[in-house]
Amino acid sequence: MLGEGILKGLAETARNFVGSYVSKERLTTVEYPEQRIAPIEATRDFPFLVYDGKDWDAGLRCVACQICEKECPPKCIFIEKSKDKKPDAVGKQQFYPARFDIDISVCMSCQICVEVCPFDAIKMNTEFELSTTDRFGGLLLDRQQLAKSNEYYHEIHPTEASGVDARLAAERAAAEAKAKAAAEAAAAKAAAAAASSAAKPAGGEA
Amino acid sequence: MSFVFYILAAITLAGGLAAVLLKNMVHCALAVSIAFAGLAFLFLGLDAQFAGFAQILVYVGAVAILVVFAILLTRSSDTPKDGGVFSRTWLAGLVVAAAVFAVIGWAVLSSVGGLPHEAAVPTVTVLQIGQALMGPYVLPLEIVALLLTVATIGAVIVAIHEKEDAK
Amino acid sequence: MVEKLDQIFVLLSHWLVGFLPAGLQQAAGIVIGVVVIVCLYPALFALAVLMERKGLGRMQNRYGPNRVGPYGILQPIADGIKSLTKEDIVPLSADSAVHFLAPIVVVVASFMGFAVLPMGRNMVLVDMDAGLLFYFAMGASTELAVFMAGWSSRNKYSLLGAMRAVAQMISYEVPLLLSSVAVVMITGSLSLTKIVSAQNAYTGIFPHWYIFTPWGFAGFLMYAISTTAETNRSPFDLPEGESEIVAGYHTEYSGFKFALFFLGEYVAMFSISGLGTTLFLGGWSAPFSFLTWIPSWIWFFSKLMLSICVFIWLRGTLPRLRQDQLMNFAWKFVLPLSLINLLVAALWRFLGEGWQRWVFCSAILLIAYVFMGLQEARSDHFGPRSYRYAE
Ligand code: SF4
Ligand code: SF4
Repeated sequence: MLGEGILKGLAETARNFVGSYVSKERLTTVEYPEQRIAPIEATRDFPFLVYDGKDWDAGLRCVACQICEKECPPKCIFIEKSKDKKPDAVGKQQFYPARFDIDISVCMSCQICVEVCPFDAIKMNTEFELSTTDRFGGLLLDRQQLAKSNEYYHEIHPTEASGVDARLAAERAAAEAKAKAAAEAAAAKAAAAAASSAAKPAGGEA
Repeated sequence: MSFVFYILAAITLAGGLAAVLLKNMVHCALAVSIAFAGLAFLFLGLDAQFAGFAQILVYVGAVAILVVFAILLTRSSDTPKDGGVFSRTWLAGLVVAAAVFAVIGWAVLSSVGGLPHEAAVPTVTVLQIGQALMGPYVLPLEIVALLLTVATIGAVIVAIHEKEDAK
Repeated sequence: MVEKLDQIFVLLSHWLVGFLPAGLQQAAGIVIGVVVIVCLYPALFALAVLMERKGLGRMQNRYGPNRVGPYGILQPIADGIKSLTKEDIVPLSADSAVHFLAPIVVVVASFMGFAVLPMGRNMVLVDMDAGLLFYFAMGASTELAVFMAGWSSRNKYSLLGAMRAVAQMISYEVPLLLSSVAVVMITGSLSLTKIVSAQNAYTGIFPHWYIFTPWGFAGFLMYAISTTAETNRSPFDLPEGESEIVAGYHTEYSGFKFALFFLGEYVAMFSISGLGTTLFLGGWSAPFSFLTWIPSWIWFFSKLMLSICVFIWLRGTLPRLRQDQLMNFAWKFVLPLSLINLLVAALWRFLGEGWQRWVFCSAILLIAYVFMGLQEARSDHFGPRSYRYAE
């Protein structure tokens, strides 16, 4: 019969209307500024830069390779590479970004910058209360505003961060092992060279 | 009374003139609807409520919209590039307009003599109009109704034809 | 006392007018009426918007606005201040004169309808012999205003919205008029006061409202459907379908001009609900004979607000129609049914008193409804759309 569905629908909305006054469980929303729902782990909005250690400036993982800047579809990342090198968290000499700005009024939260970064230096944030009274300067985040500690990263995306840490540790271990092997090989070579050079004069002497 | 009449007449004439002289077609359509409305208020001034409201309902509500649709669907509503609003056949148009005006003027003037001068304003109620339409004028009414029905069926047929064409 | 309370506004107006010289009294009476209408309905508009936002929220299991003032009741004031202080942007390529005029014409035309609505016993601004015709004439002029708004904005969404709105309003105006004509036929008058007084009679305790007759009930349904479409309310809100054409014909309006459109829409809703009340729900007459001591204007406005609640309820329930469904519904279902209803009303008139006409008229309408409903359900235009040119 024509119109039956409309009546059913009207009954349903009427039930919702009355029910929302009677039982609190029906209400799906919370009173936001006072009450908050913890963001789920997969939440993402805008990128931030990860740093290790205590000092954000010294510990930035970013080496200013500018891959993300080139890959960002709306071109909202601006990087200025440093002229000099300075030691990173593990003490290796690296370039660093003298400037690193993201215009979050342009960023579309696509996460491409995160996926292309070879150094796990840029990750997605969950912070959403970003409104400002200055719609131009206020939405252009600079290096310092973007820098967040690795601990913070663990807090917002625990699973992902542990994975990244494990990977980085493995890489570092591999690098160290390689370095060790290289050092051992060099030492062995040096020892051999020393031995031969020691033998030569000895032989010469002999 | 006559003061109001002159204002309304001026509005109606201005609307009509604007409809002819403006360059933008949609402006012309809007101007002509002003003329329609002015005419409707003239009817109201003559105590012809039914005719006045029917004028607004049919002309401002439907005919003006129809004109506007016709303009938008058939040609660009933008101002013509060559600048002139006068068509090349303006002389023929003038002759036709003068002829129509002459016929209407003759009809009006020749019927004035038959009417009593200074007659009391007749109070025509809607009821009387209805009874007149259903009584003495039922044949013309039916003929008009038939005409409109034929026109409607014609429109439907045109629409259906187009659909089959497209398949 | 009861009489006094019923006529309180009429007496007040007479008392106020009494201070003026006799020559001005009639004009002053009309001016007072106009001022009251122009103040009252925007106030009701604020109330209706609040009700709508709260009600829709509750239907979707949300709270709705609850921040401004206790339970959010000051929200309309905040909204009003916001729209007043916003920048008024006129697009560079817009036709500025027409762009400026359109919202004014919309609001004025929507307000005009109240001139002939009897809002209580003796409470009508102008008691016109052709009141109903006046009402529809004014309603028809809003179409042109909507078109003006859409066309002058020079925006494709605006123009599309205006075309949709105009096509929809013209299509639904036909059943709207036809369903009202049934009432005119039975009453034998186009005057709204006469239509109300014809319904202001009681059999036992029950009133003679037209909705309690077979043709009146069917007519009321047709009228309700057509008014929903005529005022561009959901589920017929295609002209402003925000998922497709931003906001339809008022896309390019901001600040107070947008507020005017919003106001015009609600005022049109009030006046068309008022007309529906007058035509089918007995206007200001009480629903039971023992309730006639309650002032007539209370009845009128409660019926009006009840209709608004139904509008909101429908909006909370039904999804938006597609353009072809909308047109098919108008021309293939509502229009034939209101034509049949017209015939049934004529039969009702000529069958005379007695139970036969109840059975007979109800049977015809029921058969027509069931038959056409089945036809509708079977036809394919409610399924996925087939395109003629865009395959
Ligand atoms: S964030 Fe990553 S990809 Fe971007 S410049 Fe720094 S290291 Fe390179
Ligand atoms: S999330 Fe996408 S848009 Fe935003 S900065 Fe990264 S690459 Fe650019």
